[in-house]
Amino acid sequence: MSSISELYQSVILDHNRSPKNYRRMADGNCTANGRNPLCGDELTVWLKLDGERIEDAAFEGSGCAISRASASLMTTAVKGKTRPEAEELFDRFHRLVTGRLPGDEVASLGKLAVFSGVSAYPVRVKCASLPWHTFKAALDAPAGAARQQPIA
Amino acid sequence: MSTTAAPAPAPAARSLDAARVRADFPILSRTVRGKPLVYLDNAATSQKPRAVIEAVTRYYTAENANIHRGVHFLSERATEAYDAARAAAARFLGAGDSREVLFTRGTTEGINLVAQSYARTNLRPGDEILITAMEHHSNIVPWQIVAQQTGAIVRAAPIGDDGELDLDAFASLLTHRTRLVALVHLSNALGTINPVRRIADLAHAAGAVVLVDGAQSAAHLGVDVGALDCDFFACSGHKMYGPTGIGLLFGRAELLERMPPWQGGGDMIESVTLEASTWAPIPGKFEAGTPAIAEVAGLGAALEYLDSLGLDAAAAWEGELLEYATQQIAAVDGVRIIGTARDKASVLSFTMDGVHPHDIGTILDDDGIAIRAGHHCAQPVMRRFRIPATARASFAVYNTMDEVDALIASLQRVRSVLG
Repeated sequence: MSSISELYQSVILDHNRSPKNYRRMADGNCTANGRNPLCGDELTVWLKLDGERIEDAAFEGSGCAISRASASLMTTAVKGKTRPEAEELFDRFHRLVTGRLPGDEVASLGKLAVFSGVSAYPVRVKCASLPWHTFKAALDAPAGAARQQPIA
Repeated sequence: MSTTAAPAPAPAARSLDAARVRADFPILSRTVRGKPLVYLDNAATSQKPRAVIEAVTRYYTAENANIHRGVHFLSERATEAYDAARAAAARFLGAGDSREVLFTRGTTEGINLVAQSYARTNLRPGDEILITAMEHHSNIVPWQIVAQQTGAIVRAAPIGDDGELDLDAFASLLTHRTRLVALVHLSNALGTINPVRRIADLAHAAGAVVLVDGAQSAAHLGVDVGALDCDFFACSGHKMYGPTGIGLLFGRAELLERMPPWQGGGDMIESVTLEASTWAPIPGKFEAGTPAIAEVAGLGAALEYLDSLGLDAAAAWEGELLEYATQQIAAVDGVRIIGTARDKASVLSFTMDGVHPHDIGTILDDDGIAIRAGHHCAQPVMRRFRIPATARASFAVYNTMDEVDALIASLQRVRSVLG
């Protein structure tokens, strides 16, 4: 498989075309905006937290195929997880896209493993991780307060 | 090599042999991701001919010394070379007097110098700075900063859907309050060539001075500050086949002489006491500290190189490349060209339905093709066209028709990969 087809796996292309959880969340209690000033990508992530558990996650914004698919798969993956579980997942995801996750741990990421091709493209790591950084900012935002999360 | 497409040799203009030009640029023979490099990111920075690389190497190998202070052989030689490069730059820009040409770090620094020295001194609360909606951030932000410092107001003349400046709107925004007009000569995001002379005439009639951002135009249009009748003209060495970190600022002598220095230090003084100092005459007044001597040597070589090619021949070849690329790209499904001004040069900015420019850039890169994807430091332009970003191919004298074909083929691949 060429590195391009490894980067743009069909799951990524599907989620780019029809992203999951792409909506404004009216009853969320955490939100944050993420922005990559380098390319102009921006997105908003909404979360509905019930104590430590993430009941619902959604996003809106504009970005490349990698960032849209990442936001789609992220919002799907964190739903139902507790805050520490989601943070641990982010850590593993980040190690995956930066090429630091041992091969035998990749499968543990489930569907998120489709982003393994990103590590061959260092400039695209920010595209894949922007939704996660924004998610993390939303988690840390006090209820009702939007948090800016610029990714330089 | 599609050299057959080059203009037929005319007695007056030298024609251009792209294959021979390419041989002057060592980097063009390298491969990227296993493919021959197709470098179409010239609006970001151009590649360097061997003559420039060798001039920088020669300076460090055999000539290195500080200028304007040594009594020794090498310092004298370095000073001579530095002054000769300034004279060459003055000729290149069409400045009558080499004292009117300052060495800067680049276009950005040149504009900031004018903002902090000329504008900060001369602007009063309520005065206006008129720019256009197609400016690069470096011809917006320095004016916003000086407006905050002085109480002046920045206004921007709008552009049309084709990316041309709305001259009527510009004229109506130009009032007795307008003290300074700052505009781009050749837009890096759209390729639009602005009618600088007409605008300068209007601005001068209103009593405003005119600064031209020549970052893109210097190597692709040719510059004659006399014919443009601008008061300031800023450009960057690295976009005209020269080194990074060096640029030129032309300023009319009578303005430069009245302007205060913007940085203090060695080399810019006439006399210093612990209480007060007096300034060196122009251009020295604006060149504090040891300048980028090696870069000036490289820039001098770049100007000589451009002269040997002939700017007219280079511009004509780039015009053919742009025209061919504009025709060919229409065959790619869903492509929309951003910037369709009648008068355009060297820049082809576009979007593709359903595909983000970043993804275009990555797939082209996989084919060895370097383009820029993003907002091109012109976010107001992106907002004007309601797009987050564009993909941009920008041409230089060493590009070929074959490379345009490679670009189009790779864009077709983008379509097949991303649907």
